[in-house]
Amino acid sequence: MSQPLLSVRGLCKRFGGLIATDSVDLDVVEGEIHALIGPNGAGKTTLLTQLFGELSHDAGEIRLDGEPIDTLATPQRVRRGLARTFQINQLLPDFSMLDNVALAVQARQGHSFRFFADARRDKGLRQRAREHLTAAGLAHRAEVKVADLSHGEQKQLEFAIALACEPRLLLLDEPMAGLGHAESEQMVAMLSGLKGRVTMLLVEHDMDAVFALADRISVLVYGRIIATGTAQEIRDNADVRTAYLGEGDA
Amino acid sequence: MSEDAITHTGSPAPSTGRALMLLALAVGLIALPFLVQALGQPALVPLATRVLIYAIAAASLNLALGFGGMVSFGHAAFFGVGGYVVGILYRTYVDDGLFLGLIPGTSQLLITLPAAILIGGLLALTIGALCLRTSGVQFIMITLAFAQMLFFLFVSLKAYGGDDGMTIRRRNELFGLNTRDDITFYFICLTVAALVFLALWRIIGSRFGMVLAGIRQNERRMAAIGIAPYRYKLAAFVISGMGTGLAGALMANYLRFVSPDMLHWTKSGELMIMVILGGVGTLLGPLFGAAALVILETVLTSWTEHWQLILGPILLLVVLFTQGGLNGLFNRLGIGRSER
Amino acid sequence: MTLVLEQLLNGLQFGVMLFLLAAGLTLIFGIMGVINLAHGSLYMVGAYAAAFAAAQTGSVIIAILAGLAAAALVGMAMELFVLRRLYARDHLDQVLATFALILIFNQSVTLLFGRQPLFVSVPPALNGSVELLPGLTYPIYRLIIIAVGLLVALGLYLLINRTRIGMLVRAGATHREMVRALGVDIRLLYTAVFGLGALLAGLAGLMAGPILAVQVGMGEQILIMTFVVVVIGGVGSIRGAFFGALLVGLVDTVLRAFLPGLLRQVMTGSEADALGAGLASMGIYMLMAVVLLVRPKGLFPANV
Repeated sequence: MSQPLLSVRGLCKRFGGLIATDSVDLDVVEGEIHALIGPNGAGKTTLLTQLFGELSHDAGEIRLDGEPIDTLATPQRVRRGLARTFQINQLLPDFSMLDNVALAVQARQGHSFRFFADARRDKGLRQRAREHLTAAGLAHRAEVKVADLSHGEQKQLEFAIALACEPRLLLLDEPMAGLGHAESEQMVAMLSGLKGRVTMLLVEHDMDAVFALADRISVLVYGRIIATGTAQEIRDNADVRTAYLGEGDA
Repeated sequence: MSEDAITHTGSPAPSTGRALMLLALAVGLIALPFLVQALGQPALVPLATRVLIYAIAAASLNLALGFGGMVSFGHAAFFGVGGYVVGILYRTYVDDGLFLGLIPGTSQLLITLPAAILIGGLLALTIGALCLRTSGVQFIMITLAFAQMLFFLFVSLKAYGGDDGMTIRRRNELFGLNTRDDITFYFICLTVAALVFLALWRIIGSRFGMVLAGIRQNERRMAAIGIAPYRYKLAAFVISGMGTGLAGALMANYLRFVSPDMLHWTKSGELMIMVILGGVGTLLGPLFGAAALVILETVLTSWTEHWQLILGPILLLVVLFTQGGLNGLFNRLGIGRSER
Repeated sequence: MTLVLEQLLNGLQFGVMLFLLAAGLTLIFGIMGVINLAHGSLYMVGAYAAAFAAAQTGSVIIAILAGLAAAALVGMAMELFVLRRLYARDHLDQVLATFALILIFNQSVTLLFGRQPLFVSVPPALNGSVELLPGLTYPIYRLIIIAVGLLVALGLYLLINRTRIGMLVRAGATHREMVRALGVDIRLLYTAVFGLGALLAGLAGLMAGPILAVQVGMGEQILIMTFVVVVIGGVGSIRGAFFGALLVGLVDTVLRAFLPGLLRQVMTGSEADALGAGLASMGIYMLMAVVLLVRPKGLFPANV
């Protein structure tokens, strides 16, 4: 195995007496979809949030492509190639879908201290944003204000915005949560279509989706990673079965 | 607080209705001095001038407050300092001295206005850099406190009149025009106001404006697409301070007087009221808000010296029971509905 | 030396007054999430009510009761009719509505009592000085203010840390739903807390009467200083309000007492006095700026 794209060593986070992240080691290899599963309250989102720099960790090290990114703030990590989607949608409610994506394109281009030209008539921005929306199957709703979108559409928009950041590593926080059956299938198709092009760390409760998509799976229980392996290895792992899969949460 | 008002500015192309309204507004403002003279009410020209000056200040505040979501309760600082730039430069000019032993005085409007913009911007940079380390209710308190600090500073500067302020015997000069003449000065202010509103309009729709509006809506989202909010908020705050300083400089010329009153915290409150009355986060709202407050104040003071006892309840009712100020009210009444 | 000690006591006395206001502001903000600019008006109401009652009856007890009752009643009415509608609104609406309240209060008081400041004398029983140290005499009245302020601080400490109400207070705005789930009548709690905050502001106002002039605008002057206290201490923290208030009280008093004198060593008398007074009144804001640079959340941030 070559050098992993994301490498986490000994990551720890405490909230008072509660250990949310307990000496986590995790490698995500370039090109793979790496699923992170675990029962509710295992600390999956907390871990993601630390990787993204929105929450500082108490100890340990996070490296992206061999470079430590521990001290970087979120926007800097994004510029290094990280992006994430949120379990609870974080969108710009007064803006249209297109505006939301166009801002991500603009941020990616890095030219935001421009005070005069009309950003909504900027062909470079709008066209690129439209392409992202088309790829996400949202083009027909481009002009709709976010506040007027359905939950499923917002979820897809989250995804489109993250892709517009052109990340090397995409952190996905329960992209299927709250989606209907058809929407879920659409999302799975979209993710597998991206497989190989974008590396993904996927937190998800939908086990069918996880087993269909993931190259490797890590299991997080009470802040600790108890197993990492292929789908088959995880299915067969006795610890995982008792700690997690046996509970019927899936 | 006024979602539909905010989305107006976000509509990609101005509708014809809006264009017509703008045209009518422009024609009305240009014709106003001649109209009121014909009607035998020349005293209305200075009143309209005051509206324009306050509109510049309120619109500048609105960039920070309405578009950037920064509830600044300290904009009187920039307003007052803009005024003092004119006053101090004029005093230095009359005395034929050097301010701080370095800067010669002047009575040229083309120098004093840019100077006020510059000083307003520098002051906003200093105050903003500190205040934007916080947010929410702390931000409100801190901006208020820093403005109060400047108030005390100018009260203690006896050389520039201290508590009593200082008179500026003549308005600044511009191209040999008679700036003393009310109508001439009105048109100077109208030109400046038009430029300010034009600039704000461009800024709001620019890449920078989009980022600013994004930050107001959801800072976490903006960080997640790689934008660090602080610099953008600070830039907006600085622009806002520059515009407010400019308005202060015009006000000092208009009154031919500047005093710590311009820095008083109630002045910050008044500017906020104008923004609210007109509609937060709308481009032209502050103009209507300024007009509403100035006219209300003029009418009420002619009735009673306790006019604030009437203004207070009106303001209370506006905040409690209307959403989106006058602009929102117009919209709900069906005017400008084409924009939704 | 005795001069320094005397000024330190003055600073302490001013500090506890600020604390009475800052505590109320913090309680109201901490529990209801409301920024109340009209808090200073309650201070003014307390001062005027006490001054008026004292002038009418000559009784200290009645004056005190009048000041407290007026502030608390006005405060609760304010909560009931105005602020209750603002809990769910953003800070901007709260600022404007309470700014409107200030206009209303100030003009009403002007209408009732005129623009001339009222002067209130120290109650005869408390009018004297004691010798604290050899050579250091200090007015009894000011000592009593310090004592009352410290007692209130102790009382608030016990209230917040030892009682059921305190538990609710600490659960605070972040756990509003939980508090409701406990079956507490949240509206009653809010009104009560607001009343308590108003009471403390009124207490500060009525005690200030004999020291400062009772006049329109007194509320806002002290309110802005109270904001400085809250920012320095840490928003939402009573402990922060206490230490912030003492710090601001001491710094402000000491600067005002000694800065003009120091300046007079390097410039002429009248200019030094004016500049010294100006710089002294800027001092606490400078302090605030430094605190913001070092600890943006204040010295004692609330544990949220």
